[in-house]
Amino acid sequence: MNQKYLPLIATILIFIVSYAMCALQYPNMLSTRVIGNLLTDNAFLGIAAVGMTFVILSGGIDLSIGSVIAFTGIFLAVMLETTSIHPLLAFVLALLITTAFGAIMGAIIHYLEMPAFIVTLAGMFLARGMAFVLSIDSIPVRHEFYGTLKSFYYKLPGGGRITLIGGLMLLVFAVGIIIAQRTRFGTNVYALGGGPQTAALMGVPVARTTILIYALSGFLAGLSGIVYSLYTSAGYSLATVGVELDAIAAVVIGGTLLTGGAGFVGGTLIGVLIQGLIQTYITFDGSLSSWWTKILIGALLFAFILMQKGILFVSRRGRSYA
Amino acid sequence: MIESAQRLAWRLAPQLIALIIILILCRLVFPGFYSIEFQNGRLYGSLIDVLNRGAPVALLAVGMTVVIATKGIDLSVGAVMAICGAVAASSSVRGDPLVLTLILTLGVGLICGVWNGFLVSVLNIQPIVATLVLMVAGRGIAQLITEGAILTFNDPGLIFIGSGSFIALPMPVVTWLLFGIAVAVLLRLTALGLLIEAVGINRRASTLSGIRTPVLLMAAYMLSGLCAAIAGIIVAADIKGADANNAGLWLELDAILAVVVGGTSLLGGRFSIIASLIGAMIIQAINTGILLSGFPPEFNLIIKAAIIVIILVIQSPKVQGVMTFLTVKSARKRDVEQTAQ
Repeated sequence: MNQKYLPLIATILIFIVSYAMCALQYPNMLSTRVIGNLLTDNAFLGIAAVGMTFVILSGGIDLSIGSVIAFTGIFLAVMLETTSIHPLLAFVLALLITTAFGAIMGAIIHYLEMPAFIVTLAGMFLARGMAFVLSIDSIPVRHEFYGTLKSFYYKLPGGGRITLIGGLMLLVFAVGIIIAQRTRFGTNVYALGGGPQTAALMGVPVARTTILIYALSGFLAGLSGIVYSLYTSAGYSLATVGVELDAIAAVVIGGTLLTGGAGFVGGTLIGVLIQGLIQTYITFDGSLSSWWTKILIGALLFAFILMQKGILFVSRRGRSYA
Repeated sequence: MIESAQRLAWRLAPQLIALIIILILCRLVFPGFYSIEFQNGRLYGSLIDVLNRGAPVALLAVGMTVVIATKGIDLSVGAVMAICGAVAASSSVRGDPLVLTLILTLGVGLICGVWNGFLVSVLNIQPIVATLVLMVAGRGIAQLITEGAILTFNDPGLIFIGSGSFIALPMPVVTWLLFGIAVAVLLRLTALGLLIEAVGINRRASTLSGIRTPVLLMAAYMLSGLCAAIAGIIVAADIKGADANNAGLWLELDAILAVVVGGTSLLGGRFSIIASLIGAMIIQAINTGILLSGFPPEFNLIIKAAIIVIILVIQSPKVQGVMTFLTVKSARKRDVEQTAQ
């Protein structure tokens, strides 16, 4: 079996085994309602995590997405409250802003040769600051179009619902997988993660790819912001603090190497679902405190990093010293 | 001796100039900025406030500088602060004597450092990833210790560390000044500083030339853990309680920022602890200045982001290359003109 699938298979196995264990204890975990809610509640995280997967596959990191989500949320709320434009137009405006924001960060990273970490840190401060400037209050969204959007759902047998935002997340993952595996851009991203110099020598347009990657991450963070705004029906500048960490954790648990160059978009979906499952289990249990989520995610993160190290070690030894 | 002092002054010049400019700006937006009063055996005033409020970031910056000099990064310091604050508070609530509380807390900080150091130096995991584990799990652990509540304590000894005063200066100021200078002196008067720089520039080459790289890396992360523990005690003592959710939240980013503003490259190598301390004071002066000016605090983050971008652009290899290119070009042009004459 190909070794590059090992982390992905391990992630899927862990998810299935833990879901089965949860279901043994609480048979209701198997109901489609729980599955539908699992998708709906993690929709915004999942969409942002797709962008993060591309960034990490290319060997970079994007710390700004949590702030960008909050900015988008408050931007929509303020726009819909103070002006009379249609929400769809506001969505387009928000996506344009966040995509441009990501592209600018990508350009700074490439042309000024600065570490992605510190550039996106500045982006994180800037986006959060802009959100604060727009409003420091939590602003509700009362537009009737939001109600219409929320009323769309696909009813599963057993009473579960795949809501619009849950379905959108699955769609984004599907498109992400196609982009990563079946397009020139996707190949370039993997090549860049394998080593920028090698990629440049092979003829990968490094500048364009870098800018596109961060623009894509910005776009998806904006989309995630729209989803979050639909999910909460409000905009708040202090919302989604630390979502970038959850997204990075989802990507790593999903089997993507943080050094870049290896991993799958589909794995990230499982990473997001594992995090959601931990939260659902804690809700079902009732006596466990929510801080166990963080500890368990940290432990999972550690286990996966260790496993990746082990696989890398074994494959390297097999190749050069055998 | 004079030469090295000169070199130090040259190294610190950009940071000092930036600090002076920001202090002048603060004076412009808030006329009473420089006034210092002496009351109840302690100095009061905005400048003292900057020194006092900047204590946690300054302490974190000391450890962060050393870690970054080894080409690493420590994202977990904020979470370690929360853990250590929780340990200090729970130990104090239990009725342990002050010395035991302090030893316990500092010990926990060192253990956190050992954990990070183990992942980085023994398991060879990328520092960002290795310290991310504790950053994610740390706040959960802290909440486990405080059992989800904000633990309050009233041990006067412990509170003294956060809000007492020593030779007219607030205790946190004394702590970070002494600690920072002690670490700087220790690293610069011994070969340790040089070895750390060697590891940061080329880990393989320094291992091959006989430096015990794993030990040095471990020590760097342990120092960072120790700094986080002290900062955690100060923050907890200041509010007389441990808040596992908010203690040290996002301070790791401020500390990294302080190091970058201090001119230490994130790519490892040459470092200066004093410059990072000045960097921490620059950040705090900006924060305090914006608060005092009556300017909406919402702009705080935007101004901070703008300052990072400016510093990044100046420090970026490309811009520096262009600047060297321009100076060389103008020098050559001058030469050509001279020969023409």
